[in-house]
Amino acid sequence: MNETPLWASESFWKKTAIWVTAGSFIILVVLTFDSLSKTSAGSKRVPAYSVINKKIDYQFKEDLHKSIPVIGDTELIFGKVFTEEEAEQLVMLGKKTTQAKNCMNCHTLLGNGAYFAPDLTKAWLDKGWVSKEMREDLMVKFLMNPEKNARTFGSNRKMPNLNITEAEAKGVVAFLKWMSSIDTNGFPYNFKTINAEE
Amino acid sequence: MDTSNTMGIMQKASTLLDKARICVNDFKTWVALDSTNLSDGQQLAVKYFTVAVILFFAQLLFGMLAATQFIFPNFLYGFLDFSVNRMVHINAMVIWMLYGFIGCIYWLLEDESGTEIVGLKLGNIAFWVLTGAVTLVVLVYLLVQIGPGKDSSLWFINEGREYIEAPRWADIGIVIVVLTFFYNVVATFSKGKWSGIAGVLTLDLVALAGLYVAGMFYMTNITHDQYWWWWVIHLWVEATWEVLVGVIMAWSLMKLLGVKRKIVQTWLYIEVALMFGSGILGLGHHYFWIGTPEYWLTIGGFFSALEPIPLVAMVVHAVYDAGTHSFKNGNHPALAWIIAQAFGNFFGAGVWGFMHTLPQINLFTHGTQWSASHGHLAFFGAYATINIAFFYLAIQHWRGNVWMSEGIKNGWRWKWALGLLNGGVLGMTIALLIAGYEQSFIERAVEGSTWAGYFTAQNHPSFQAAMVWRWFFGLVTFAGLILLIWDLLTIGKGEERKAAVIEQ
Ligand code: HEM
Ligand code: HEM
Ligand SMILES: [Fe+2]
Repeated sequence: MNETPLWASESFWKKTAIWVTAGSFIILVVLTFDSLSKTSAGSKRVPAYSVINKKIDYQFKEDLHKSIPVIGDTELIFGKVFTEEEAEQLVMLGKKTTQAKNCMNCHTLLGNGAYFAPDLTKAWLDKGWVSKEMREDLMVKFLMNPEKNARTFGSNRKMPNLNITEAEAKGVVAFLKWMSSIDTNGFPYNFKTINAEE
Repeated sequence: MDTSNTMGIMQKASTLLDKARICVNDFKTWVALDSTNLSDGQQLAVKYFTVAVILFFAQLLFGMLAATQFIFPNFLYGFLDFSVNRMVHINAMVIWMLYGFIGCIYWLLEDESGTEIVGLKLGNIAFWVLTGAVTLVVLVYLLVQIGPGKDSSLWFINEGREYIEAPRWADIGIVIVVLTFFYNVVATFSKGKWSGIAGVLTLDLVALAGLYVAGMFYMTNITHDQYWWWWVIHLWVEATWEVLVGVIMAWSLMKLLGVKRKIVQTWLYIEVALMFGSGILGLGHHYFWIGTPEYWLTIGGFFSALEPIPLVAMVVHAVYDAGTHSFKNGNHPALAWIIAQAFGNFFGAGVWGFMHTLPQINLFTHGTQWSASHGHLAFFGAYATINIAFFYLAIQHWRGNVWMSEGIKNGWRWKWALGLLNGGVLGMTIALLIAGYEQSFIERAVEGSTWAGYFTAQNHPSFQAAMVWRWFFGLVTFAGLILLIWDLLTIGKGEERKAAVIEQ
């Protein structure tokens, strides 16, 4: 009984560990190249930043059993047509603002973050902004002065004032609009947008 | 300013300093720890452990503040907002665990390599640099909190990405400190002797440090941002940290129970194969909904569903070894925490993780209190426990390798600390689980994740009750930690008996 069978030998498992790790890692690297190219800004899944000039909706498709973003005709924000470059600048300002203000430690973005405040993935499309005409104005006002403009839905939880400037607020709105156009494989499920009829 | 005034201030400052010095000295006399009992490497290790415990305390303190804000939203509103408290809570956790791991490795390094640490001085400098940097980062989190939407904020205040909020300058500092640590490990093994444990440890540290770099870039494209962010978070906790714990566990089982090296090393390789084989591609369970292609639903779901297997293996390993050695060991609190690790890791990561890892379920639980339930049990069960085991090991030797088996004086303290901490975290986990189910059902399935749906779920009585229970069990956890700290400071004091000898 002194013979160690192969399946219990140290060297066998050492080799297995090395091969399995290396193999998994290589597959991950290959998939990473593929995923990054399929999700660069301007791809089918992640639209170009200039999508902020367009109407965005999120509609349930019976045949797919999930909702997908639907990009429509022109629908400007702040009454201006943004070139691709301007759009990227504005979204970048918004993205940096969300990081510098630490939004992610109260909210979730694409479902990741903290659970003290609502998910922002489709915030641009939320019915909470009353009507499409009032939306961008309400959003900017809310971001700049959340204490006064908060609707807490009876929870008493208010967003704090984060000293967001008007330019930053507009950037955040653009960022949220762009983010709502990302194809998130149907997350969130069953979401009714501001465009949907009652 | 006139000179008499300055003199007055100077005088006050010096009396204050004197008082502080007296306090510190009183404390030193009271704890009565003798560092000559420790080797140089162990002395470095206990420095890391000390800071780890302090940060653990900070973690729970800020966790309590954040938990209070769920019940009373106006508590500290506009002063220390939820976002700040939560950031400190989770950052203190990540950092104290890393401190603990570095401590554990310095602790076992000399023993495992059979020689003295090569760059002891460097190790000490790195410790003080890191600790200074951590202090500064926390002060900025608390006092500055946020900045304008510019690069400078991300470089100097906070990066605003959950778990790795540390500003960029600190990221770079952390990488440098980790590199010196890595140098110490490799150089020491090279000077002494290499072993299977040493090899796995070294390669794992390369991966662990390398992954951190993946989180150090700004990206406007949030899909890419989160893609790399998960490389750090997931490939840390579900791959490299797990293997690091496997290494530490392997060494502890040899030392505490006298298990044969051949057995623990074979187990270690098996665990590496299973852990990396499932965990690396299991990363895909975070790529379901962030914009990445649909094939991740299959790959992520499949491989992450396999992740519990190595955790079952670890339980078998630990319990079987403890059983065959009839639980005879030289440090009862440490072994108890190691067993708690095996089960905590299995339940927190394995069972709780598995329950929401398939995309069909994750669609509804993603980003709800469900995730928080899992996060608490997993981080505590897998990583807090093993560090606590090492705190006990360290204190035993710090006191001169004293007796810590049957009949420890004031043995109720470690047992109660064990019970309160585990019971508290389990209680929080269950409360959050209930909240998570309620949220998945009402906010997600019924209301379709709108803001109104979110608040409907948050205002529901079962959710609100769960938040109160979480608060209560948080307090239990906190009480457990305070007792643990008291026990660590006093256990083995005045003990005359030497530690039980463990044969191989
Ligand atoms: C010790 C190991 C582990 C730790 C410390 C850990 C910790 C965490 C934490 C803190 C989160 C929340 C991240 C966030 O803030 O968004 C999370 C998410 C997640 N974990 Fe783990 N985890 C571990 C192992 C596992 C395992 C083995 C599985 C699967 C079998 C798993 C499945 C998941 C899933 C599916 C999510 C995503 C939740 C969501 O969609 O919101 N975890 N984990
Ligand atoms: C005094 C006990 C504790 C209290 C009151 C507490 C409270 C909290 C609160 C309020 C949050 C924010 C959750 C949210 O965003 O809604 C949180 C998050 C978190 N806590 Fe704790 N906590 C405690 C102990 C711990 C312990 C012991 C650990 C692990 C060792 C831990 C790990 C975490 C993690 C990983 C998260 C992020 C979870 C996620 O994003 O999914 N906490 N905690
Ligand atoms: Fe994961």
